[in-house]
Amino acid sequence: MSASMQITPSEKTPARPERAQSAQLEFFRGLLSQQKALFGIIILAIFLLVAIFAPVISPGDPTRYVGRQNQPPSSEHWLGTTGQGQDVLAQVIVGSRISLLVGFTVGLLITLLGLAIGMTAGYLGGFADGLLNVFTNVFLIIPALPLLITLASFLPPGIVTVTFVLTITSWAWPARVFRSQTLSLREKDFVFASVVSGEGTFRIIFTEILPNMMSLVVSSFFGNVIYAIGADVGLAFLGFENVTTVSWGTMLYWSQNNSALLQGAWWTFVPPGLCVALVAFATTMLIYAVDEITNPRLKTEKEISSVLKKFHITARRSTPVIHEHAA
Amino acid sequence: MNTPPEPALLDVRDLRVEYLTARGPVGAVDGVSFTVNPGEVVGLAGESGSGKSTIAHAILRILRPPALITGGEVIFAGRDTLKMDEAELESFRWSNISIVFQSAMNALNPVLRVRDQLIDVMQHHGFPKDQANKRAKDLFDLIGIDPQRLDAYPHELSGGMRQRAVLAIALALNPDLLILDEPTTALDVVVQKDILYKIAKLREVLGLSILFITHDLSLLVEFSTRILIMYAGEIVENAPAHELFNQPLHPYTVGLMNSFPSISGEKRRLTGIPGSPPDMVAPPTGCRFHPRCPKAMPICSQTAPIMKAVSADHSAACHLY
Amino acid sequence: MKYLLRHLGLYLVAIWVSLTLNFLLPRTMPGDPVTALIGRMHGKFSPEQIEALRKAYGFTNAPILQQYFAYLSHVLTGDFGLSISAYPAKVSAIISTALMWTVLLGIVTLLVGFVLGTILGVIVAWRRGGILDSVLPSLFNFIGSFPYFFLAMLSLFILGFLLKWFPMSHAYSDLLSPGWTWEFVGSVALHLVLPAGTVILVSVGGWLIGMRSTMIAVLAEDYITMAEAKGLPQWQVMFQYAMRNAILPNFTQFGMSIGFILGGQILTEIVFSYPGLGFYLVRAVTAHDYPLMQALFLMITVAILIANLIVDLLYVRLDPRVRVS
Repeated sequence: MSASMQITPSEKTPARPERAQSAQLEFFRGLLSQQKALFGIIILAIFLLVAIFAPVISPGDPTRYVGRQNQPPSSEHWLGTTGQGQDVLAQVIVGSRISLLVGFTVGLLITLLGLAIGMTAGYLGGFADGLLNVFTNVFLIIPALPLLITLASFLPPGIVTVTFVLTITSWAWPARVFRSQTLSLREKDFVFASVVSGEGTFRIIFTEILPNMMSLVVSSFFGNVIYAIGADVGLAFLGFENVTTVSWGTMLYWSQNNSALLQGAWWTFVPPGLCVALVAFATTMLIYAVDEITNPRLKTEKEISSVLKKFHITARRSTPVIHEHAA
Repeated sequence: MNTPPEPALLDVRDLRVEYLTARGPVGAVDGVSFTVNPGEVVGLAGESGSGKSTIAHAILRILRPPALITGGEVIFAGRDTLKMDEAELESFRWSNISIVFQSAMNALNPVLRVRDQLIDVMQHHGFPKDQANKRAKDLFDLIGIDPQRLDAYPHELSGGMRQRAVLAIALALNPDLLILDEPTTALDVVVQKDILYKIAKLREVLGLSILFITHDLSLLVEFSTRILIMYAGEIVENAPAHELFNQPLHPYTVGLMNSFPSISGEKRRLTGIPGSPPDMVAPPTGCRFHPRCPKAMPICSQTAPIMKAVSADHSAACHLY
Repeated sequence: MKYLLRHLGLYLVAIWVSLTLNFLLPRTMPGDPVTALIGRMHGKFSPEQIEALRKAYGFTNAPILQQYFAYLSHVLTGDFGLSISAYPAKVSAIISTALMWTVLLGIVTLLVGFVLGTILGVIVAWRRGGILDSVLPSLFNFIGSFPYFFLAMLSLFILGFLLKWFPMSHAYSDLLSPGWTWEFVGSVALHLVLPAGTVILVSVGGWLIGMRSTMIAVLAEDYITMAEAKGLPQWQVMFQYAMRNAILPNFTQFGMSIGFILGGQILTEIVFSYPGLGFYLVRAVTAHDYPLMQALFLMITVAILIANLIVDLLYVRLDPRVRVS
C-alpha cells in the first residue's frame, strides 16, 4: 500500500562514496585509451627512428661477410649471423627501411585508390556505381596472394614492382568500406542542403563528405599499412622480390632457403618476424585508440565491466540487487 | 484509507533502481511503492524517462547492465522477486507475470517462426508438443489472428499482427498479472484502439490483472481502475481513474491532462508543462517538480513532499495538501 | 533467389576475368614459354617439333581473338596442356592430386577455425566481463599480429625440430603408399596437425572477435530480453535466440574470408612443403612453367568461388528474410 512506506528526506540515502569515484572513473578511462595510443605511438616512433638512422645505428654493412655462418647470438654479433655469414642485427636495422617504406607507401596508395573509387561509386550512384561495384567485387573475390604471385612473376623484381602489384590487388576492400560509408553520408541532411544550394560535386565530396569520414579513413590507412607490411614480407618470403636487397621479408626468405629450421638457427628468422609483429601490434593499438574515441558504445561497455567489477557483481543475466545496508 | 479485503496480487515497496553511468550513479526509480489488486487495471503514467518502464523490467529482473536494483521489495503472491536466484526466476517468470513490450517488431526473434516462439515457453513449462500447438491455435483465435499465420516469420506479419502475436505469447501460460509496457505507442491510432479493445475483452474472459504503462494519459481513462502518476523516478499521485480525471491534485497531473487534446470534449487551449525533465544525476532539491510547478512555494525547494492520503483512496505527494 | 543469382553472376564474371588475365599476361611479356622449354631441354628439338609445341601451347600466329577462343575451349574441356617443368607430364594430372591436398587442408582449417572461433565468441560474449572476455580477445589480437608464416616457422621449429613431436614436411610419410588404410589415414592426420594448427590458431582470433561483437549487438536486442522474460533456460536463449541471429553477419564474413584463407594457404604449403596447389604454384612460377601456373591459378580461384557459393546456399537457408527476395 502506497501510504504505508513513507520516506522522509532525511532517511534518503546519504551521499555514497561511489559518487565521488565517478570523476575517478572518467579519468581512468581517458588514461586507458591514451595508454593504448601511447604504446602504439612510442613503438612506431622507435621503429621509424631506427629506419631513418639505420646507416648510423647499424653495426656495419648488412651484406658483408663478417663471420662464420649460422652463429648463435654472441657479444660480437648480438643477434648472431645468417646462413651467409652476415650480421643479423645489421640486417634487421637496415632491413627496416625497405619494409617500412613499402608498407607505408603501399598503405597510403591503397587508401587513396580505395577512396577515389569507393567515394565515386558511393556518391554518383546509378550506372557508374553499378559498374564500379562489380569491378570492386571481382577484385575482392579473386584471391589476392595467387594473383600477386602471378603478377609478380611476370615483372622484374624490385620495389617498384612490389608497390605496383600490392596496390592493384588490395584496393578493393577499402573501396568497399568507403563506398558504403559514402552511401550513408550522402543521405544526410547537410549534404542535401549543399546539393540544393548548388555546390559542385567535387566540392561536396571534399568539404562535406570526406571530413565526416576522417576517423574511418585514418583507421583504414593504418589497417592497410599493417596489411601491406605483411603482404610485402610474404611476397619476399616466397622469393618474388629482389632477394639481394635486405629487408625483413628477404631475411625470412634466406632463412627458409638456408634451411635454418633444420639447423636450429632460430636467430635468423625470429628477429625479423618479431619486428613485423611489433609494428603490426603497435599499429593495431593505435587503431583501437582511434576507434574508442570515435565510437561511444565501446566506451560505455568498458565502463560497465569495470564498474561491475568494482562492486564485485558477477555478471549474471538477471538484474543484480544490492541493498544499502549490505554495501 | 481503504484496506482491500484480499491480499494484493503485486506489492511493490520502496523500489529503488540506479543506472551506473560514467557521470555517476543515476537514480532512475527512487522509492516507488504501489499495489495491484486481483482484477485491477493499474495505469502507470509519466513522461519518457520518468522511470515507468524501468519499474516494469525491475519487477521481472530483466533490466540490463548498467542497471542495478538498490533497494525495496517486490512481493508477488507472497514471494519477493528481488530475492529470487536465477533458477527460481526462470520458473517464476511468464507463468505468474508476463510482459508485452513496446515495439513487437523487435521483441520477436527474426529467425524463428511465430509458432515456435509461442510454444517454446509452453514446452519449457511442461506442455507436451501437441498440447502446446493446440493452445497456440486457441490463443491466436482468442486474439483474432488466423491460425495459419502461426507458421509465418515475424517479418511477414504487419505491425498490428506482430503486436497481437506478442500479446498471445504473453498469455500463453495464463499469468495472473500482465504488464503492458507502452503496448500501442509504435502503432497507428486505428490499430491502437483495436488492440486495447481486444485486451479489455481478454481481461474479462481470462480474469487478468493488468499493469498498464504509458505516457498517454488519455488511454488510461476508459481502461484503468486506478492510475499512478510518475515524475522523475517517484510516484506523485495515486487515485482511482475517474477521480483522477475529475479531480487531479498534483500540479504535474493537472499539467499532463492539459497537454492532451480530447477528441470529443470542448475545444480548449493546449498548454504544455514549461521547462524540461530534470537531470537525474543531480535532481532538484526538495520536490523534484518545483522548478516547473506553477504553484511552487518556498517550502517546495527545501523539503521533499511525502505521499499523503488527501481523501479516501486518493493520495498525492505535494505540499499543497 | 535474387540473392543467389546475383552472387552467381559475380562468380562467373570473376572466373572470366581470371581466365582472361591468365591468357593475356604471358602474351604481354617478351619471349614465350616454348622458348623457355627449349632452353630447359637444351635445344633438342627440330624446327617442326618446335612449331608443333608452339601450337600445343596456343602460341600460334593466328589473330589474338582466335587464340583466345581456342584457349577458352581448351580450358572448358579440361585440357591444360603439358607442363614445362615436368615435361611431358600433363598439367591436369599434376593439379588433380594437388587439388585434393589443398582442399583437405582448407576444409579442416576453415571448419575447425570457424566453429571453434564462433563458439568461443558466443561464450566470451555471454559472460561479459568474465575472465575469458578479458583475456581471449587481446591474446588473439596479439597472435594475429605476427605474419602468419612466421608463426608457422616458429611452430615447425619448436614442435617439429626441437621437440620432434610432429613431422616437418609433406602430406604423409614418405615410407607409406597412399591407400585407405588406418596407417595411411593416421599419417595424413599427423601431417595435418602443424599446418592446419597454425592456420587455425591465427584465424580463430578473427572469428572470435567477429562473433563476439555481433553477439554483443544481438544481446542488446529486445527479443533477447523477451526470451529471458519468458523464463527460457539460458542455453536456449544463448543458442536459439542469440547465436542464431548473431551468426548471420559472420556467415557473410566467412564467405569473404574463404578467399583470403585459401589464397593464403600458399604460405602454409611452402613452409611445410605440403603438396597442394599453392606449393606447386610457387614452383611453377620459379620455373616459368606457364601452362602449369595458369591452371593452378585458375584452380585456386575456382575452388574459392565454389566454396563461396556453398556458403551463400547455406546463408539462404539460415536467414528467412533473404528467402523472400
